[in-house]
Amino acid sequence: MDKKPSLLESVIVHTVLLTFVAFAIYPILWVVSLAFSRGGLSSSSGALPVPHDPSFDNFRIVTAGSGGIFWLQLGNSLIVSLATAVVAVVIATPAAYALARFDFVGKKAGMGTLLATQMFPTVASAVPLYLLLEALHLLDSRAGLVLVYATTSVPFAIFQLRGSFETIPVELEEAAMVDGATRTQAFLRVVLPAARPAIAVTALFAFMSAWNEFILAATLLSRETAFTLPVVLQRFVGEHDAAWGPFAAGAMLVSIPVMALFYLAQRQLIGGLTAGGVKG
Amino acid sequence: MEQVETARAPKGSLVSSMETPLPLNALAAEKPVRCEARGIKKAFAGNAILKGVDVAIPEGGFAVLVGPSGCGKSTLLRLVAGLEEADEGSLFIKGKDVTKLPPRDRDIAMVFQSYALYPHLSVRENLAFGLKLRNTPEAEIASRIQEASAMLGLDKLMDRLPKALSGGQRQRVAMGRAIVRRANLYLFDEPLSNLDAALRAEVRVDIRKLHDKLGATSLYVTHDQVEAMTLADTLWVLNGGQVEQSGPPLEVYESPKSVFVATFLGSPPMNLFDAKIEERAGETWAVGQGIEVRDGRARKTSPAAGRAVKVGIRPHDLVVAEDTKTASGELHVELVEALGFEAYAYGWFTSSGPRVIARLEPEHARRARVGDVIPVRAVPERVHLFDAKTEQAL
Repeated sequence: MDKKPSLLESVIVHTVLLTFVAFAIYPILWVVSLAFSRGGLSSSSGALPVPHDPSFDNFRIVTAGSGGIFWLQLGNSLIVSLATAVVAVVIATPAAYALARFDFVGKKAGMGTLLATQMFPTVASAVPLYLLLEALHLLDSRAGLVLVYATTSVPFAIFQLRGSFETIPVELEEAAMVDGATRTQAFLRVVLPAARPAIAVTALFAFMSAWNEFILAATLLSRETAFTLPVVLQRFVGEHDAAWGPFAAGAMLVSIPVMALFYLAQRQLIGGLTAGGVKG
Repeated sequence: MEQVETARAPKGSLVSSMETPLPLNALAAEKPVRCEARGIKKAFAGNAILKGVDVAIPEGGFAVLVGPSGCGKSTLLRLVAGLEEADEGSLFIKGKDVTKLPPRDRDIAMVFQSYALYPHLSVRENLAFGLKLRNTPEAEIASRIQEASAMLGLDKLMDRLPKALSGGQRQRVAMGRAIVRRANLYLFDEPLSNLDAALRAEVRVDIRKLHDKLGATSLYVTHDQVEAMTLADTLWVLNGGQVEQSGPPLEVYESPKSVFVATFLGSPPMNLFDAKIEERAGETWAVGQGIEVRDGRARKTSPAAGRAVKVGIRPHDLVVAEDTKTASGELHVELVEALGFEAYAYGWFTSSGPRVIARLEPEHARRARVGDVIPVRAVPERVHLFDAKTEQAL
């Protein structure tokens, strides 16, 4: 079982793996090449993802928009995503803790309801959410979007955090309480720090889901200054003309913050995903 | 809520208390009661775990709750700690009714089975945690940590996280965390069960020495009878949610009040035979299941002839007889277990009877073979008799 693979085996395995890797990254490379090609799709022909007439033109087109509106939209995305992450963590942490530690009337029903909210596709709620936000005068606003995103990210975060709280031994809190802590102090000083990786991962997921969300944003936002980046991107590819070059450049710009976050949180992520939740 | 820690220190500082003479077991009984449980009842989901337990620990006493798993010993400890609430009964610590108080107001320190060290805090911060919560001045915290770390040899570990410590080191940090508190009462919940055998014996000695140094009152829970026997001033044997017997360990060992206590304490366990009392020339004999033994133990009233009893003889008190005339039974050897300093032969007196264990001297152990029939003799003064039905000692 433990013998080293032969050269032939090694070659076969690596060929198969490399094929799959190529398959996975080919579209990404293609987008990258497109982003750097002057003139976009029309000029970059051929199957090989090599930029034709390389330049930063497409990036300039995306970011230059009228009166620096791109930066405003980037700001929208950042604020909405960060706020969603914060709301999700702030609400889900105590809720998940309660579900993990205490028995109370309605615990099962509550969990069931939370689970049920995860079963419906986002689009299903688009129209009622639109009507709700309209009634609340929150259409075209960042606050409205955060509220909407919270409806999906909070239940998800609760599930994820509950799993990780359950892995934290109760004795830690008991030791803290014997040491002189109230239950709240035990929670804040012992449980929260122990759950930090899981909370970071949960926040990251909430951030990303908000950052990448398109359908609801496109439904609930109509003012250009209120757009988040996924909506902006979609606008480059219209019915009559498709600016694939700027679209690709925009897609890269949108990906960068998420990639950076992933890179920074790598270790927490792996630790958090294995130690933390079942769901994810 | 804010409490002045120093006022409660046993004798000023830890150092001075270390110089005071060790509390003697004989004196313990005269000291005022530090911790008392009265009529404690507790059920989980309709399952009665504690059925009216009374326990009293004198000041400076080391009480050990011992019993098989499920006997309620850990539940009782958690009730004393305030981590569970009693359904009925009261708890007193230092004369104060603490039954309804949260753990933080009971002034107790506890060593958990899993150690329960705060994983995100260094050893130093683990030790300081409880003191900071109680607003102890920084200088005081530093000096207490210094004392505890010197006692336990934690100096080099102070800046490490718990995950970078070995099992034994974690155990010591858990002890340190309790020590720095200088609490009224120290609780130990099977603190040695996660250590290997050699370390367990070492730490067991350390715990008893620490207890004596601190002059503290301790309540210790274990299922390990060696720990129970060696650590306790007073042993509390729990069975099925009730105190079966209590007293100094040797007294409980030598005069068990019931079959349960008799068989629970001692290793290898006591041999038991179903027998009937016979009167022979003015002497009381117990006869049955291949054993024939004179009862030479002083009793208030001798059991009447014909009474059905259980005869208990510890393996230690069942030794090779010089000849078959003096023998209490004939042991058909099935297995010889030689431990070096002593040896035990496992076998039976009658094939339908109970398993019998007898102690062999090394020279006998060397000669004994499986299938041998060895005459063995019980020491009459150490024969235990129990009522066959109630299983209570006669």
